[in-house]
Amino acid sequence: MNQKPAADEKQSATQEAGTNEETGLVQPVMKARGLVQRYGPVTALDGCDFDLLPGEVLAVIGDNGAGKSSLIKALTGAARPDEGQIWLDGKEVHFKSPLDARRQGIETVYQNLAVAPALDIASNLYLGREKRRKGVLGTVFRMLDKPAMKTASARHMAELNIGLQSMGGAVENLSGGQRQGVAVARAAAWASHVVIMDEPTAALGVKESAQVLELIGKVRERGLPVVLISHNMPHVFEIADRIHIQRLGRRAGVVKPSDHTMSDVVAIMTGAVQI
Amino acid sequence: MSTVTSSPASSVASRLRAVSPRLAIPAGSTIGPIVAFLLACAFFTTQSSQFLSGGNLALVIQQVMVVGTLAIGQTLIILTAGIDLSCGAIMAFGGIVMAKLAVDTGMPPLLAIAAGITVCASFGLINGLLVTRVSLPPFIVTLGMLNVAFALTHIYSDEQTISGLPSELTALGNTFPLGRTDVTYGSVLMLVLFAVFAYILGQTAWGKHVYAVGNAPEAARLTGIPVRRRLLAVYTIAGAVYGIAALLLIARTGVGDPKAGQTDNLDSITAVVLGGTSLFGGRGLVIGTLIGALLVGVIRNGLQLMGVPSIYQILITGILVILAVTVDQLSRKRSQR
Repeated sequence: MNQKPAADEKQSATQEAGTNEETGLVQPVMKARGLVQRYGPVTALDGCDFDLLPGEVLAVIGDNGAGKSSLIKALTGAARPDEGQIWLDGKEVHFKSPLDARRQGIETVYQNLAVAPALDIASNLYLGREKRRKGVLGTVFRMLDKPAMKTASARHMAELNIGLQSMGGAVENLSGGQRQGVAVARAAAWASHVVIMDEPTAALGVKESAQVLELIGKVRERGLPVVLISHNMPHVFEIADRIHIQRLGRRAGVVKPSDHTMSDVVAIMTGAVQI
Repeated sequence: MSTVTSSPASSVASRLRAVSPRLAIPAGSTIGPIVAFLLACAFFTTQSSQFLSGGNLALVIQQVMVVGTLAIGQTLIILTAGIDLSCGAIMAFGGIVMAKLAVDTGMPPLLAIAAGITVCASFGLINGLLVTRVSLPPFIVTLGMLNVAFALTHIYSDEQTISGLPSELTALGNTFPLGRTDVTYGSVLMLVLFAVFAYILGQTAWGKHVYAVGNAPEAARLTGIPVRRRLLAVYTIAGAVYGIAALLLIARTGVGDPKAGQTDNLDSITAVVLGGTSLFGGRGLVIGTLIGALLVGVIRNGLQLMGVPSIYQILITGILVILAVTVDQLSRKRSQR
């Protein structure tokens, strides 16, 4: 229970990984090969590959049924693929559950179900990973260390420039963008390897979406790679370093937004063009 | 129950919301119940010179100690967005088990008490298993359990009231002097239980999890909280608390009565709701439940002192419950944008 948010240690780790870049041998933070996922007669993933490089924002796009969510489920431990392998920092991993994936440093931001609205910001940031007091108060009386959690929460929120004064107010009193900010801050605080965001802007207005995109950029600045699943092509082109295009259960291609237009990407997505 | 939120006119409420969301009372707040409690106390103080005496207040607490204790378990369950209709019946059965074991089988009284509490906890455990493993709605599960426990109480007791209880079983009904007032041990036990659960819910991770499970079960699951295990624990602990209420019940009446506690399930829900805890789960404080229970006690006692027929006590309690739920609904809607 007395885990420490990983945010403090990860800066150095990603810099190490980054040194490989100069030699041209960038080791992916997360890699998958030949993932197969069948649901009865339906093959959702059909030999899908995946590479996430250090410090990048990788967008994952694809039509409905292309296997986006199945891919994400495999990467976050929500489902176990029938075939294929996943590596995290070069080490093969087998996630048994989302909790298991989280323990290994993969945090996920969900579309709507991210936070408990009646609880305050600090409680949400530490939900399921509460910090207890030192000494007898913590061991025997299981007392929460609320001041420490509030202080640390305020710091995490400030690092992402989320301008909220009080860590004690209920999350439901925040705007949609701020709420998503709490979820992103939680992921960034605890993730040591990867932050995965599932349609983080889907339920938000224009202004609030812009706030969340800015947050994604901030997370990247801190050296954490981000996987962004999105339907929103302008958002993808605004923030992503590379775009993983999913089609028919496979990776149809990976492109850079600087080299391709939105219509190129849509063409690959629909199969009109192959690369 | 303050002047702000008791107004039924929704236009007034929405205008207030528009001015400042912080003006309206947040859902699950204990401010309303405290104001209502103080207003009731002030009113009865002006109406009866006896009301604000130590002896009378001690009497009020003693009168609410059984329902108040039941309402602690009820609060736990309602915080998880459940409800327990079986609490009174479980308590009645637990009381009969304690009395019968101690009197008929000659079991050592303390062992009989432990057996009664264990039986009540087991009923809670079964409720919890049905809710978590079979995914049945708590309302239906506990409605069924209400009938099961009620029937078992009458079968096991053979419809007979059990008297001649050993002194250990009635010890909590004894009093000790506090200044010039005689205070029942049972009242103190109830207050201690409220303090213990206020601590658990407010200061421990387990307590936070109870709120999270009631407020947003899916979010709780995704953050790795073992939702079903927490729910199972809540129902089992609530059952054990009903067992303690059973002990208080036989201590107060001095006998094991199979007909006791029949409306206590609804009275406990009343206390929880009047205490400001949301029936939709995840919001509220157990201390609010204490105030809710005391509010009902004060109204009954005060009206009695004024010589008002007892049926009006029920009328006023009913109106207050509807008012409290209305406040809850309005404040919850405000927070859902």
